[in-house]
Amino acid sequence: MNSLARHLATSTRFVIANPKMLAGLILLLLLVLIGLLGPLFIDVRLAEPISVRTNQAPSAEHLLGTDSGGRELLAVFVAATPQTLRMGVLAGLIGVLIGVTLGLVAGYFGGWADRVISAITDTMLTIPPLAILLVVAASVRAVNIEMMAIIIASLSWMFAARVIRSQVLTLREQSYVQMARLSGFSNFRVIFREILPNMLPIAFASFVGAVSGAILAGLGLEVLGLGPQNTPTLGMTIYWALLYSAFSRGMWWWWGPPIIILVMLFVALFLISAALDEVANPRLRTSK
Amino acid sequence: MTWSYLLKRLAMFVAVVLLAITVNFIVPRLAPGDPTAAVLEQLLSRGQQVEGSQDIVAAYRARFGLDEPILLQYGRYLLNTARFDLGSSISYFPQKVESAIVSALPWTIGLLAVATVISFGLGSLLGALIAWPGSPRFLKSLSPALMVLSAIPYYLLALIILYLLAIWTGWFPLGGAYSQIPQRFDPSTLWDLAYHAFLPALSIVLAGVGFWALGMRGAMINVLGEDYLTLAEAKGLPKGRIFFAYAVRNAMLPQVTSLAIALGTAASGSVLVEVAFNYPGIGYLLYNALRSSDYFLIQGVAFFLVLTVALSVLILDLIYPLLDPRIQRR
Repeated sequence: MNSLARHLATSTRFVIANPKMLAGLILLLLLVLIGLLGPLFIDVRLAEPISVRTNQAPSAEHLLGTDSGGRELLAVFVAATPQTLRMGVLAGLIGVLIGVTLGLVAGYFGGWADRVISAITDTMLTIPPLAILLVVAASVRAVNIEMMAIIIASLSWMFAARVIRSQVLTLREQSYVQMARLSGFSNFRVIFREILPNMLPIAFASFVGAVSGAILAGLGLEVLGLGPQNTPTLGMTIYWALLYSAFSRGMWWWWGPPIIILVMLFVALFLISAALDEVANPRLRTSK
Repeated sequence: MTWSYLLKRLAMFVAVVLLAITVNFIVPRLAPGDPTAAVLEQLLSRGQQVEGSQDIVAAYRARFGLDEPILLQYGRYLLNTARFDLGSSISYFPQKVESAIVSALPWTIGLLAVATVISFGLGSLLGALIAWPGSPRFLKSLSPALMVLSAIPYYLLALIILYLLAIWTGWFPLGGAYSQIPQRFDPSTLWDLAYHAFLPALSIVLAGVGFWALGMRGAMINVLGEDYLTLAEAKGLPKGRIFFAYAVRNAMLPQVTSLAIALGTAASGSVLVEVAFNYPGIGYLLYNALRSSDYFLIQGVAFFLVLTVALSVLILDLIYPLLDPRIQRR
């Protein structure tokens, strides 16, 4: 209990001392709260099509207006923001899990395993993810949030794998790891007890990066109309807005808020991962 | 340049292209029903009579050779793709997919190449100046703005720019690449093309410049700590020479490596930018293909994206040893 309290205290001090982390977390918290508290005040069922009058400008009745499909847009944003976040977190988790596993194996065991994994990683890195996503999503058509997350994760684990591998390469030569190996501990134990705990900051930094990348990839699919058709997401909202030429019709309440929410989300994730990078890579800290 | 390096890069290129072809081959077969049925269903679901639908189905049957063993089908598919025979478009039947792509390609390459070169050059210079101790103060204060900019995706930036500079102020056209189809090249045509390309290019440049500036700043900080820089300063070399010949030149190397990796993102990003601006390149072609479920066109465009990026990466990899002689030893 004592150590937990100490951990909390250190992290709190770190967050307060680091303006990037603080700003990023506050932004992110705001967005999470939209999804958590929003449904208490707003009827999310109005996010379904044909539930309100179409094309209404913002008014007291509909605070952010309605779209051409008869959805109340405030309800759409309240329902869509957590869905977008959920997709990103899910894809990020799967991607980092694959990346950490492959990076650990490649870095720790070296040899042909490293050569094969590194070759695959380098090759996959040069593929424009949208191209493969498109082919898959276009033939599957009826995707849902979970499937989208899996498809995206399978194309975005490479960054984590690369970072983790190079980190393992240096950790493996540290004296305490050598000690553990010489003491006859199994590889399994060395990896999980000695190496993995020391990689958590870097793994977490690549997780945040992966979440942001996944949301970006998802947005790419959604604005091309390949996102989930029955779940409201921010990208799909922009897609509908473009399809019904909300831009030239002056319906700013339709496309403006999702863009603002997404920009906030990307900036928040960027700030957090930049702050985490500074922890994991102290060289960056000297240059303000 | 050693042979093993060359062979390794070539192998990577072939692997990427093979992977793309294989995905194109396998994915439609994973879906329930045979590909012809899927195509037919799509045609019907669009609720419209497609002229020559019998021809289309016959073309597909022949193309897939559906009754043959799967390996034979795969071999045939590989061979067809290698000859750039990507099948026929459904919406524009009997136009070939490859000819639709070839006519859209110059727009995309022109836009992407110019915008990427500008954002790479401008970003690297900015990043170098931000890290350089002798540069004016206001440059250093640009850093946070660039950070925020680099976090915003191409597509969202394009929409914001579209609204601010085309709809709200009306300074630039809403979309398209020209006022009339260009007949010949004279100054007014070129001006018209540049006028239309400005906003899409601006989105790509703005979205990319922060990324390059941040990367360059990091690389510069590492280089500035090196001993040879202190020596150059102690020798009393002119500041400009130290900056360009000693610091920037060495800090550029990792930037070129990232260029190879960032190209894929840039290509995907510019596809979406084209959609936002109705710019008649590959991205717009793709958008239309998706809207009309033109499956072979979608596959063709995806394959082409992979091919273009893989080719650019290969070229960059081959140029890289010329920039950094150390790589030959590996």
